[in-house]
Amino acid sequence: MKGIFDSLRKTRNAVFGQIIGILGGGEITAESWEELEALLIQGDVGVHTALLLVERLREAVREEGLYQTADLQRLLRKEIGALFPEQTDPLNLDWPLAVILIVGVNGSGKTTSIAKLALRLKKQGRKVILAAGDTFRAAAIEQLSIWGERVGVPVVQGEPGGDPGAVVYDAIQIAKSRGMDTLIIDTAGRLHTQHNLMEEMKKIRHIVSKRVAWGPHETLLVLDATTGQNGLSQAKHFLAAVDVSGIVLAKLDGSAKGGMVLSISAQLELPIRFVGTGERKEDFAPFDKDAFIQGLLGEE
Amino acid sequence: MFESLSEKLQNVFEQLGKHGVLREEDVKQVLREIRLALLEADVNYKVVKEFTSRVREQAVGKEVTQALNPAQQVVKIVHQELVETLGAPGRLSLTGTAPYVLMLVGLQGSGKTTTVAKLALQLRKQGHFPLMVAADTYRPAAIKQLEVLGRQLDIPVYSEHGRELDPPAICVRGVEQANSRGADVVILDTAGRLQIDTQMMQELETIRERTQPVEVLLVADAMTGQEAVSIATGFHEQVGLTGLILTKIDGDARGGAAISMRSVTGVPIKFLGTGEKTNALELFHPERMASRILGMGDVLSLIELAEESFDLEETARMEKRLRKGKFDLEDFLKQLRQVRKMGSIGELLNMVPGMKRALRGVSIDEAQTEKQLKRVEAIILSMTPEERRNPSVLNGSRRLRIAQGSGTEVQEINQLISQYRQMKKMVKNLNKGKMGRGLSLPKFF
Repeated sequence: MKGIFDSLRKTRNAVFGQIIGILGGGEITAESWEELEALLIQGDVGVHTALLLVERLREAVREEGLYQTADLQRLLRKEIGALFPEQTDPLNLDWPLAVILIVGVNGSGKTTSIAKLALRLKKQGRKVILAAGDTFRAAAIEQLSIWGERVGVPVVQGEPGGDPGAVVYDAIQIAKSRGMDTLIIDTAGRLHTQHNLMEEMKKIRHIVSKRVAWGPHETLLVLDATTGQNGLSQAKHFLAAVDVSGIVLAKLDGSAKGGMVLSISAQLELPIRFVGTGERKEDFAPFDKDAFIQGLLGEE
Repeated sequence: MFESLSEKLQNVFEQLGKHGVLREEDVKQVLREIRLALLEADVNYKVVKEFTSRVREQAVGKEVTQALNPAQQVVKIVHQELVETLGAPGRLSLTGTAPYVLMLVGLQGSGKTTTVAKLALQLRKQGHFPLMVAADTYRPAAIKQLEVLGRQLDIPVYSEHGRELDPPAICVRGVEQANSRGADVVILDTAGRLQIDTQMMQELETIRERTQPVEVLLVADAMTGQEAVSIATGFHEQVGLTGLILTKIDGDARGGAAISMRSVTGVPIKFLGTGEKTNALELFHPERMASRILGMGDVLSLIELAEESFDLEETARMEKRLRKGKFDLEDFLKQLRQVRKMGSIGELLNMVPGMKRALRGVSIDEAQTEKQLKRVEAIILSMTPEERRNPSVLNGSRRLRIAQGSGTEVQEINQLISQYRQMKKMVKNLNKGKMGRGLSLPKFF
């Protein structure tokens, strides 16, 4: 968890650190509300969710008869927390061969996230194998293979330009024959508005579901933390196409705040599973709601 | 996706009632809508503040005649201001002595390597001889990726392999190689990095100093949120940018990052990455981008999508047939298939301006529509070629056979035939009048 704290500290210092400064003392004024709204929007929380949060805080302040800005911080933490589910079930991996499908737009960080996830699951004692399902982008197969070597996990490769469905088919066969218990499938990046590519992804999913009972057991959408409000659109489209079961928030080590996951969690009820916090294979942690909010609001 | 700004303003003005001029309080409410619309489009908060204050200056006290729709008038002001802020499209400045060095920089995953290849291809088409330099020694297989692209496009790549690779040295050697390889433009593909990573940013400075590029272009994802400002500022202050390239613009992001980046750096937007194909690199059009940011319907994209999906020769051929009044069910089927190739009905309708408003409260059952289209297709496919070419031969027994063959009802066939007749009549009327070119073919739904 150190990684996530470090990166959130940067986040806090960049923008949310101001929350304490702004809400630090004195009475609540019209400006406090405006500043609060501004801070949330600048964290990519989005207009809709920011206004909603501010409205809820106003209500709470009225009801509880509060007038100190210091109270706002506590309320804000509570209201943001309420946008996430109370509890999230663990990853659905309790299968003879658990299949995890990784999807996302181009450049969101799929391949790197797969390697990190593979290492994490391997450390938990799982027998992990990867399928290089991005046969489209130049050298994507090599990229995954190099990562596979780094984290010590085998990679099933197809031909560049080949049918990703065939790779997935082979990978399932190989996983079963080698007695693996976890298959993570890399897919080519695709913008959620590309009709044909979204259809292709449905086919990949279909191949898995025909070969592995109840598979794929997890379908994780990798989102770039620098993404703004389009993140919600991505989540909606991928959810509709391949029934996404969770989110991986990559590249949270920058100055980006990843605030759009608030809307995704609240509106689509998708669990945020992991956060990626750097380029090293260890820079990966399960999403921790409290740590995330604490970081957002600049509390130690 | 979003309600467009013009629709929102329309609502505001409807509530306001009718005034002769824009009063201070009207403007206030209008500005709020503008502010929210821009924020929804991911324009940076601070940039929005400055922007709305400029719009306020222009809008207050402006006469609003009843004849002109005040909402449209304000939208026009906002649109013009946006176009101005976005600035004129930039061009590559290949001046001085060759080889001209272009350096591409940006965050991880913004699309640098793909853009390097697209730029190289475009430059070659313009008569240049580009050389691509693989200076991303960090991301696994990044060098290989550029080598593969180079082979695919038949454009030379300078790369080094080994353990201790030094990106600035690779870039210098790449530029030195240009002359011996007969290249007049060298494009440097640098590794993705965070603007807050001082060590990595230092590397870019070194590359810049040692290769003296004529262009340092920031490649940025069009889907970038509020961070656009710190990313652009970070790169501009540390490396010195000469232009911006926005990628993945073919998605549905509003692209507010364009405004943010342009206004904090002041450097022009030079290109847009519009797809995965290596020729998908376009010049920047401020008017289009402004319309997109305001959510004013993306007609231009719709037209482009149509052009992409429609076989132009086929369309021209069909147009000729239409002019002659020869339009049979074969043509009907062909057009149906072309339209379906463009995407789902819902997506298409979303691109039409005002459609959201017109369809308010009406839900389009996409699955149902798709099903309907499939049935129509099945009916036509169950006809003999003769019947398709000359539907007037379709008597009762033929219709029954077709219904059985396509798994539909005779009623549905009757419906299709009557629709077809209406179309044909419409086409005749159109032919009497003036018919536009190419894409003005009547649509069936």
